Amino acid sequence: MNNVRNHRANPADSYELFGVKLPQLRMILLLIGIALALLLPLVLANFAIFQMTQVLVYAIAVLGLNLLTGYNGQFSLGHSAFYALGAYTTAIMIDRYDIAYYWTIIPAGLICFIGGFLFGLPALRLEGLYLALATFALAVAMPQLLRYEHFEGFTGGVQGIDVFKPDSPLPMLNADQWLYYFVLFWGALLIIGAWNLVRGRTGRAMIAIRDNPIAARTMGINTALYKSVTFGVSGLYTGIAGALGAIVAEFVAPDSFTFFLSVWFLVGMVVGGLASIPAAIAGGIFILYMPNISEEVISIFFGNDPSAKALIWVAFGLFLIFTVYVVPNGLAGLVRRFVIRYATRRGD
Amino acid sequence: MKSTRLWASAAAATLVLGIGTAMAENAPGVSNSEIKIGNTNPYSGPASSYGTIGKSIGACWNKINDDGGVNGRKINWISYDDGYSPPKTKEQIRKLVERDEVAFTFQTLGTPTNSAIHQYMNKKEVPHLFVATGATKWGDPKGFPWTIGWQPNYQTVGAIFGNYIVQNHPNGKVAILNQNDDYGKDYVIGMQRAMGDKFDKLVVKRETYEVTDPTVDSQIVSLANSGADVFVNISIPKFAAQAIKKMAAINWKPVHLLNDVAASVASTYKPAGIENSIGIISVDFYKDPNDPEWKDDAETKAWNAFMDKYYPDGDKLNKMNAYGWAVCHTMKAVLEQAGNDLSRANIMKQAANLKQVHVPMLLPGMFVDTSPTDFYPLEQMQMMKFDGERNVRFGPLISAETE
Amino acid sequence: MDLFLQQTLDGLATGAIYASLALAVVMIYQAIDHFNFAQGEMAMFSTFIAWQLIAWGAPYWLAFVVCLVISFVGGMLIERIVFAPIHNAPVLSHIVVFIALTLIFNAFAGFIWEFTIKQFPSPFPSELPFETTLIGPHELGVVGITLVMLVLIYVFFRFTPVGLAMRAAAANPVSAALVGISVKKMLALGWGLAATVGAVAGMMIAPKVYLEPNMMLGVLLYGFAGAVVGGLTSPGGAVIGGFLMGVLENLAGTYVIGSDLKLTFALVVIVAVLLFKPAGLFGRVVVQRV
Repeated sequence: MNNVRNHRANPADSYELFGVKLPQLRMILLLIGIALALLLPLVLANFAIFQMTQVLVYAIAVLGLNLLTGYNGQFSLGHSAFYALGAYTTAIMIDRYDIAYYWTIIPAGLICFIGGFLFGLPALRLEGLYLALATFALAVAMPQLLRYEHFEGFTGGVQGIDVFKPDSPLPMLNADQWLYYFVLFWGALLIIGAWNLVRGRTGRAMIAIRDNPIAARTMGINTALYKSVTFGVSGLYTGIAGALGAIVAEFVAPDSFTFFLSVWFLVGMVVGGLASIPAAIAGGIFILYMPNISEEVISIFFGNDPSAKALIWVAFGLFLIFTVYVVPNGLAGLVRRFVIRYATRRGD
Repeated sequence: MKSTRLWASAAAATLVLGIGTAMAENAPGVSNSEIKIGNTNPYSGPASSYGTIGKSIGACWNKINDDGGVNGRKINWISYDDGYSPPKTKEQIRKLVERDEVAFTFQTLGTPTNSAIHQYMNKKEVPHLFVATGATKWGDPKGFPWTIGWQPNYQTVGAIFGNYIVQNHPNGKVAILNQNDDYGKDYVIGMQRAMGDKFDKLVVKRETYEVTDPTVDSQIVSLANSGADVFVNISIPKFAAQAIKKMAAINWKPVHLLNDVAASVASTYKPAGIENSIGIISVDFYKDPNDPEWKDDAETKAWNAFMDKYYPDGDKLNKMNAYGWAVCHTMKAVLEQAGNDLSRANIMKQAANLKQVHVPMLLPGMFVDTSPTDFYPLEQMQMMKFDGERNVRFGPLISAETE
Repeated sequence: MDLFLQQTLDGLATGAIYASLALAVVMIYQAIDHFNFAQGEMAMFSTFIAWQLIAWGAPYWLAFVVCLVISFVGGMLIERIVFAPIHNAPVLSHIVVFIALTLIFNAFAGFIWEFTIKQFPSPFPSELPFETTLIGPHELGVVGITLVMLVLIYVFFRFTPVGLAMRAAAANPVSAALVGISVKKMLALGWGLAATVGAVAGMMIAPKVYLEPNMMLGVLLYGFAGAVVGGLTSPGGAVIGGFLMGVLENLAGTYVIGSDLKLTFALVVIVAVLLFKPAGLFGRVVVQRV
């Protein structure tokens, strides 16, 4: 009996770092994270809260992509399309049908689940680069579809749709704080969902398909179904991120959802680290702050020389390459390496 | 949209009440030595070609500061990159208003990007001045009293073309090419308004292109095939040049009406082939500094000297750099007029009280003119025809009524 | 009927553009077993180098050759400097670096050369020996050059020892190394050649669409689509794929869906082809051994 239990226990659990056992250390860090997420908005300026809200929105989208790529091994350059679908669902429900914003999140997620599932069906036959190309095309075509004249009554065409930011129902919170906690609620829910998903039967099947699809099929896993469902779930996450993003930005337009948005999701995922849930938050932070930092670096070096503004992307690109050199497996990989290097077995 | 009106009128009410009390206090970002002005431009990303407007305005402030500033105050121009992404614009604008505490924003570029901050600026009551887009919605003093446009709006140009067609080619067959976005569609709406039911009668074919399309050859072939003898070309220089070249290649010679965005000898006609461009009719409101027409013009010379000294890496062939110079001087005029009362309310009030102000590089006889009920600073344009060397202006300054 | 013919020929002309870029895509795919998302921007940058040389007074063909040499060396340097250190990193890290290169080339070109469109000269005579409005001399020339490049690439991979070694190094680096192929050299060489093919494509595309930093954004999608539709392992397939995309795009835009859904049409074609022929129309089906 004892032996069996030992087998099932995570071997890492018997290691410690800084004199604290790993599971406890993880718990402490988690609690610190939760405390910061809950308390910071009470002290920060509204603009910083707004940025944190956006970080959460991007983190949810990156998490969605990570479920697909990190856990299931399918590439996508088309997640901006799901994000757009979620955002437009929310915007249309609020603007055209006067539905309260909080009722729009779930429908947006469901529509994106269906959208993801349906796109996942043909994608089943595609692997690696081919899937990347198909999703790339989806991302490029999406803004055009949103602008299409015959959908204008719905989508607002080229002009987009204004979404009105909800007021806080609680007197002690201002609108920015309220919106932050609203997004945080969804973020927490989705993170818990993802955590349960990847640890359960479904998650094991997803990972098995990623690591060895043929072996997975031999073991009786319905790879087709799992792959499509993963695509759907990934779409659901990104769609909810889009829905929240629309409320945060108070506006949707075709130009908000270009192919480059997919690229930022991908970059955020890789920089954060594959197959890791906390990494999604790191990815969200990266997506929001890195362009700003690049811009500031340029202005530090070049002052107010007007021409230098063109170099922002050069700085950003160099920074990306540098990041990949230093942390090829993302920040999550870095943490993992750090733990492996310095953790010691209890009692050793 | 109902709710827009509702809170907007509430905002208007607070504005009226607010003016009296806020008079004495200067806006945030204003000190005795400087005025902070905020801006967003696409310096990166697919729309980065427009970034030169932000750069030339930055250079213009550098020059004005070197010359002593405005009423003794230096301009601190804070221009952030938004990559033409509306959510990023929102973030950058909030940073400007809430963290950098700029006095107001000026020339934020793009229709979708400005739409994303339209409500925010008006709720916050921060002047959202002379936005760099030609959409009509910026001239709505009742609904959005803190937002004002600058350039003649896209619908005006569309209407000028529409009227021209009705007057000169009442039986013409019209073909239209337009960019598939708000800019392209607004021109077409302007034409529709001006032409009324004639629009459907005269327009035989309409094609669109995406900015990412490699070429518009296929569209031109389809338009030519429709048998049209009037061609309204609403495109940016790259596609305008492609269109002109393709038209020559397939021998299609309609009356060619080209929008102001591409009406440039250096950046459109030359690449397209001068001989192919002869006879193109266009319309504009400011001087194209590369047009030989303005070779000896004092304002153009001043602009050239400015470019050489303050923005040497800028491309003088690009007339957007002259646009930046002109709009920068409009802003300067507002600040001069505001004198030492640099409250947000007064800055907005002065922006809406420009009386026949001439700024450099506008066509002769043109003025910037606004009033509390007229938030369209520039409403006139003049038609011109390319004679193989220069764009020769003809007819009076035209203004098409915008509602 | 006239319209049909004109649209088809125009489609072929545009298709030649896609095909030439698709060849560069296949070239790099054969060499490194990946897409290079920065391919378009690299080609654009090469073209700007040639443009600069011409602007400084170099004759066209000198600029052409110098540009190819610079591109070849530049491609090899990128592999050696940027990719060698992360050789063993996961595929996605490579994709991020491709994206980074795209951003850097695009922004750097904008910084140096600004965004106003530039005329790029065509090497072909300005008049055809016969009278027609159906196709221009440059378009015809591009079709010719694309076919010449196709033959060269085909011969290279099929019959030269280096080409064979390169394919082996890409397909199975370990075995290739065991039989004495320097995988490192092959990778660098593949990058160099792909950059060269891209440079030729860029110089063929620029006279038609005008040179500016965003010139390749739109072409790239169709170039990839052409390569994938035709089959990534087959240079001939990629060229046919490119032509096919050009013609289909025009005909669908004219007769079926109108010009404002062209990109959506490209999406449908890509997904449809991949559904029924996952290896592309002319690609080899790779059987995976377990």
